[in-house]
Amino acid sequence: MKFPPFEFHRPGDLPEAVDLLLSYDGEALPLAGGQSLLPMMAFRLVAPKALIDLSAIPGLDGIELNGDSLRLGALVRWCDVLCSPVIANAHPLLVEAVRHVAHYQVRNRGTLGGSLAHADAAAEFPAICLVSDAMIDVVGRDGKRCIAARDFLLGAMETDLREGELVAAVRFPIWPAGRLWHFREFARRSGDFALAGVAMYCDPDRQAGVCRNWHIACFGLGEVAQRVDAVEAFLEAKPADTAHIREAVLIAQRHLVADGDIHAPAGYRKALATELLGRGLNEVFKAVAGGDG
Amino acid sequence: MADPRLVNLTVNGRMVAVSVEPRRSLADCLRHDLRLTGTHIGCEHGICGACTVLVDGAAVRACLMLAVQVEGRAIATVEGLAGAAALGPLQESFRRHHALQCGFCTPGILMSAHALLSAEPKADRARVIEVLSGHLCRCTGYLPIVEAILDAREAYLCGAAEPAGKGK
Ligand SMILES: Cc1cc2nc3c(=O)[nH]c(=O)nc-3n(C[C@H](O)[C@H](O)[C@H](O)COP(=O)(O)OP(=O)(O)OC[C@H]3O[C@@H](n4cnc5c(N)ncnc54)[C@H](O)[C@@H]3O)c2cc1C
Ligand code: FES
Ligand code: FES
Repeated sequence: MKFPPFEFHRPGDLPEAVDLLLSYDGEALPLAGGQSLLPMMAFRLVAPKALIDLSAIPGLDGIELNGDSLRLGALVRWCDVLCSPVIANAHPLLVEAVRHVAHYQVRNRGTLGGSLAHADAAAEFPAICLVSDAMIDVVGRDGKRCIAARDFLLGAMETDLREGELVAAVRFPIWPAGRLWHFREFARRSGDFALAGVAMYCDPDRQAGVCRNWHIACFGLGEVAQRVDAVEAFLEAKPADTAHIREAVLIAQRHLVADGDIHAPAGYRKALATELLGRGLNEVFKAVAGGDG
Repeated sequence: MADPRLVNLTVNGRMVAVSVEPRRSLADCLRHDLRLTGTHIGCEHGICGACTVLVDGAAVRACLMLAVQVEGRAIATVEGLAGAAALGPLQESFRRHHALQCGFCTPGILMSAHALLSAEPKADRARVIEVLSGHLCRCTGYLPIVEAILDAREAYLCGAAEPAGKGK
């Protein structure tokens, strides 16, 4: 369908954008890549009074590696992530996840700030923020706030963003050399939203044949991406064998929350997520044993 | 209803100015305001790929961009792929391989393929299929389209095809 009518503004800096948003009393929305917002408007799921186009705000598309973090501006697009040599080294798990986001044509427009603010249950990027303990920098009426991904993602299309607040950047902790990681999702066609997926990493201690610092998240199966803390704690420094994988999968089955919809019932999604989790652990354990990174 | 705005853009190498309401999609602007009906509209929500055009050389959904967002940008549509008398090399290859039947999906696929081969003239089969996964075709079963795109690589490698991004 055609978009409902709206007013259009293209502010030149963040404070101006925040002022504009506030001036519409919650009835204006920021526009980034438009790859989620415009389809929602085409379906008349939202009909904002105004769109505040962020594209002319300088400094929101930066990719910077400094001291202790990788900082990505809110307007960094999926295609920028895929062709950045900096990110390839500084967060290989993120790059692999973004390969699964939408299609070539959509990746030329969609931004990571938009993905976070949109907070689709099956979106890859929020799951990577959650699994990586990313910090989200937001700007609003009262200045800046930094929010941990865990506290930012509240539910399906629900975030901690307050009225007039904008995502400015996402910061990921430094990725140490030798870290092992795994990403896998299941979607019915390439580029579709995943029915379930898993992202994980850990730091191997090859001499001891164990991994520490486990970070594991599942997404697509519930309202919001989920860290499986109980599995992380269980696996800490456990020997890499199949008995521990089986036990980890059982723990995950008890802790993960799944919802059903027209695409797949809850039980199926949960089975998919735990199966992907088990296979992922298997891959990571093989890498510890085999010594390849 | 918001007032119309004047937008300046380049379409297939030609500078144009159009007056559009903010809610006008780039696809509708091309079709209705500029009468370039080669760009097709299927789903109007980013799924089918029929509306794909190039904005500054990058393949995008014209149904998921507003005309007011392309101020100062260079747009390439399927009308710019052919010369006055002859088809472009990609189009020739589509004809040779029977890569279209009803032709509804074709303009969008041609534009994605044009962007891909301009940037990556050595794209392999897997890459071509990946890029094609952003398009729906209800007729061909895709295989002839893949063959046509692979076969057109030669023209992009030797520079016989105009690269994407120059407008025309
Ligand atoms: C066919 C198709 C397939 C897709 N498949 C996937 C997929 O598999 N995985 C996936 O993750 N995504 C997928 N997407 C969505 C895509 O990744 C979007 O690009 C992304 O979710 C939103 O980014 P955007 O820049 O387009 O945001 P927009 O659409 O511009 O905005 C989305 C929402 O975020 C708000 N917003 C935008 N930027 C900011 C900001 N800086 N601060 C505060 N609020 C902001 C907007 O107001 C809006 O509510 C798909 C989209 C399409 C069309
Ligand atoms: S009409 Fe734009 S993707 Fe279908
Ligand atoms: S040729 Fe008919 S839809 Fe592709």
